[in-house]
Amino acid sequence: MSLEKSTIIRKKDLSLLERLYIPEIVKGMTLTIRQMFTPTFTTQYPEERFQPPASFRGRPVLVEEHGVERCVACGLCSRVCPALAIEVQAGETELGKERYPEKFEINMIRCIFCGFCEEVCPEEAIIMSQEYELAFTNPQDALFGKDKLLVPIEKVQTRLDFLRSNR
Amino acid sequence: MNIIEPLIKIALVLLINLTTVAYLVYAERRVSAFIQNRVGPNRVGPMGLLQPVADIVKLFFKEDIVPTAANKFVHSLAPLISLIVALSTFAVIPFGNTIHLFGHDFKLMIADVNVGLLYLLALSSLGVYGITLSGWSSNNKYSLLGGLRSSAQMISYELSMGLSIIGVLMISSSLQLDKIVVHQGNYLMGFIPKWNIFLQPLGCITFVVAYFAETNRLPFDLPEAEPELVGGYHTEYSGMKFGLFFLAEYANMITASAVITTLYLGGWQFPFIENFGFSPLAVSLLQVAAFGVKIALVLLFFIIVRWTIPRFRYDQLMNIGWKVMLPLAILNIIITGFFILL
Repeated sequence: MSLEKSTIIRKKDLSLLERLYIPEIVKGMTLTIRQMFTPTFTTQYPEERFQPPASFRGRPVLVEEHGVERCVACGLCSRVCPALAIEVQAGETELGKERYPEKFEINMIRCIFCGFCEEVCPEEAIIMSQEYELAFTNPQDALFGKDKLLVPIEKVQTRLDFLRSNR
Repeated sequence: MNIIEPLIKIALVLLINLTTVAYLVYAERRVSAFIQNRVGPNRVGPMGLLQPVADIVKLFFKEDIVPTAANKFVHSLAPLISLIVALSTFAVIPFGNTIHLFGHDFKLMIADVNVGLLYLLALSSLGVYGITLSGWSSNNKYSLLGGLRSSAQMISYELSMGLSIIGVLMISSSLQLDKIVVHQGNYLMGFIPKWNIFLQPLGCITFVVAYFAETNRLPFDLPEAEPELVGGYHTEYSGMKFGLFFLAEYANMITASAVITTLYLGGWQFPFIENFGFSPLAVSLLQVAAFGVKIALVLLFFIIVRWTIPRFRYDQLMNIGWKVMLPLAILNIIITGFFILL
């Protein structure tokens, strides 16, 4: 077997005008000059903020319905989490669901925003929100307990609707 | 011999030149941003106008590293050569006609040497020493390659540049830049200003291309080709020494636009100004302003070309230099001679 010689494939030869080069430069320059007067794409960040669509996977949150979390502490999310970011400790409760998470902690330094927890959750209790401003000055701040994770259902309704429509 | 007058002129020109360099960097960043549908620096001061100040302060506070294996003396000398050469070329460029102020006539150029054009050619080729020496003294293979490329590029483009200038010399029959500008003051067929760009378009194109190569601006910026050579000749430079190279590049750009303006775009000539009946002082000032506007437009051209044309490959660069530019420049001389004989 012999290697085929690599050849330059050119569909057609350049015309004289193209080989003169100067007209092509002028063409290119008119393009760049025209681009100068088109609107910019930049978002001026601290003043203007990006409003993500419902499909955006921001930080995971626990849905709070009627003042209680939906979570039944089954521990599936913690099992499926590829980054081992979730820690759940179950406890008993008088409510109908019988189990609730005594402790629910997500280490936001470990979280990779894959959304597996949301996918695997049988109760639609943990979902990805639209919040994306997650910068910490020390690792302790990145441990999100129930106090930070619980979010009233009204605030995440768009995401829930999105999930329903894509089931 | 009055020594105060040249000193004042030098101070003024240096001041204006360095300020323009600082704001040219800002302009380049803004224009490139607009071309790429971005905003560019707009945080420091109103519209980001204080950005150059912030940049310079940052450069001054950076650590200045000299590699242990470098030749320390040449390493520090090289950026100085670059900058001094870039700035001193401006000495022979006339930025206005004779101006009458406080009962004296002032010639608006620093040094009225009778071989201005030769001085200009000599200095612009000296600039390559800064780059080559920096490449050699850094003791770094990438720097050395950058420096070598720069000198090879200089040799191949200097020739066509010199030959293009001969066309200008032939029609104005003077090496004095002042006279070359005055010579461009008439009109062709009564309505086109008799600028050299209209008299010899071919020579103008070859000269501009050669000067792009001379200033290491983008289609020909092989000495610092980032994708291949890390940083090219200034790989091993940091802090204000790098800043000096940076300043030199932009000062070179300003000088280049001034030279192109003087030789081909009529220098400080303001077409048809004699028909408006201004006072002589106003005419002189307007001419200086015209010179500034022309330089600004050429600079804008430089910037837009940088963000339009991709870098040449090294063999293409040599091909264009020797096989295209040189014959074209000679052809230009022949054509000019033909028309002079007619």
